[in-house]
Amino acid sequence: MRRLLPPLTGLVMLAALAIVFLVVPTEADMGIVQRIFYFHVASAWVAFLGFFLVAGASAVYLWNGSPTADRLAYAAAEVGVLFCTLVLVTGPIWARPIWGVWWTWDPRLTMTVVLWAIYASYLMLRAFGGGDAALGRYAAVLGIVGVLDIPLIVVSVRLLRGIHPAVLTRQEGGTGLVDPWMRVGLLVSALALILLAAWFVDLRVRGARLDDEVAALRRELDARRGEVA
Amino acid sequence: MRDALAILAKDLRIEWRTREGISSVFVLGVLLLVVLTVAQDPSPETAPTLAPGVLWAAFVLTGLLAVQRGFLLERENDCLAGLLTAPVDPGAIYAGKLAANVVLLAVMQTVVVPLTGLFLHLDLIPRLPALLLVCLLGNVGFASLATLFGALATRVRAREVMLPLLLLPLLVPLLIGAVEATRAVLVGGLAGASGGLGVLAAFDVIFAVAGWLLFAYVVRD
Repeated sequence: MRRLLPPLTGLVMLAALAIVFLVVPTEADMGIVQRIFYFHVASAWVAFLGFFLVAGASAVYLWNGSPTADRLAYAAAEVGVLFCTLVLVTGPIWARPIWGVWWTWDPRLTMTVVLWAIYASYLMLRAFGGGDAALGRYAAVLGIVGVLDIPLIVVSVRLLRGIHPAVLTRQEGGTGLVDPWMRVGLLVSALALILLAAWFVDLRVRGARLDDEVAALRRELDARRGEVA
Repeated sequence: MRDALAILAKDLRIEWRTREGISSVFVLGVLLLVVLTVAQDPSPETAPTLAPGVLWAAFVLTGLLAVQRGFLLERENDCLAGLLTAPVDPGAIYAGKLAANVVLLAVMQTVVVPLTGLFLHLDLIPRLPALLLVCLLGNVGFASLATLFGALATRVRAREVMLPLLLLPLLVPLLIGAVEATRAVLVGGLAGASGGLGVLAAFDVIFAVAGWLLFAYVVRD
């Protein structure tokens, strides 16, 4: 399964590119720039998956102290922030021609940038919090509090003014996904990005385990050197 | 419960004997009000509309410092370690610390809120009961998260920058709720403020419970 992940990701990604750029018809109101939607929305889904995975793995880590859960939470946060960054980059590229501005304080935009900041601060804590063994526990507390904050952010940003299209939930903005290929394009590109994210998470978890193994070997080596001397 | 009250009494006694925290927080709160108002150079007509944002931005930034200072005091001479060796439930330590922070922030609010009214031409007296409710809910929500992360941030490296870095993004829903509720209260009383008050109340309950449950994982060694 692990060996299959990279070639499978590549294949699905090629299929997503082919569907989005060759098959899906151009949206009637917005034109060519609307095609970024298939990567923008799919990235947002993957980012959310990543953030919920952080919380789940954090809860498991606090419960049983499993080092794999700790590494998984860290890797999921990294990949979540990466895809959240992609959402924040692809969004303005679309917004500039459609809304006339790169950024506006619409509820969904505010929510995305706040989520990005929460998990970026999680990565800061991991990177600069020092080598303390308790750091994993602190990060797990932040991972759980972060996911508890998500519903509050969702409700509170509704108090702000909004203009973001909601084609999937409320059929608002644009002409909607009228062509069935539009839905196929979105699902296939979501699948491609989920596979890519899973591959990244797997690589980072294995990398973190190797880091720990190297550190343990180094400690053992130092101890043996001490004995000889 | 009794343990939490003992910790509250201890923290307030320390504060009362030095008055160092409260006086620095007072001055900082006033300073931030001045800086945030001057930076926007309001005309007399637009000044009242700035009040909610200025008030809560000053509250959050001052509160960060107040809470951080409280936990740095506990670090001196390893006071927190001593507290943890006492047969006290970590949840009770959290509750006591939370109550102490709420009291400290409430004292700060009694100065900052009237001054906001004075600086930005607001008649607060008829709005006072509703405004007190918003201030209290905002205070408790802020203190719930700040107490948990204050304990956390003082235990890691780069602690000065870590507390605002971790806390500010998590506080955004509280800030939006408090600003929207304050704005509604100032123009028309509690009726229009239900959205903001709902967010504040939910924030308070969720993070007071989460803080109480998670505090043990932060302080245990």
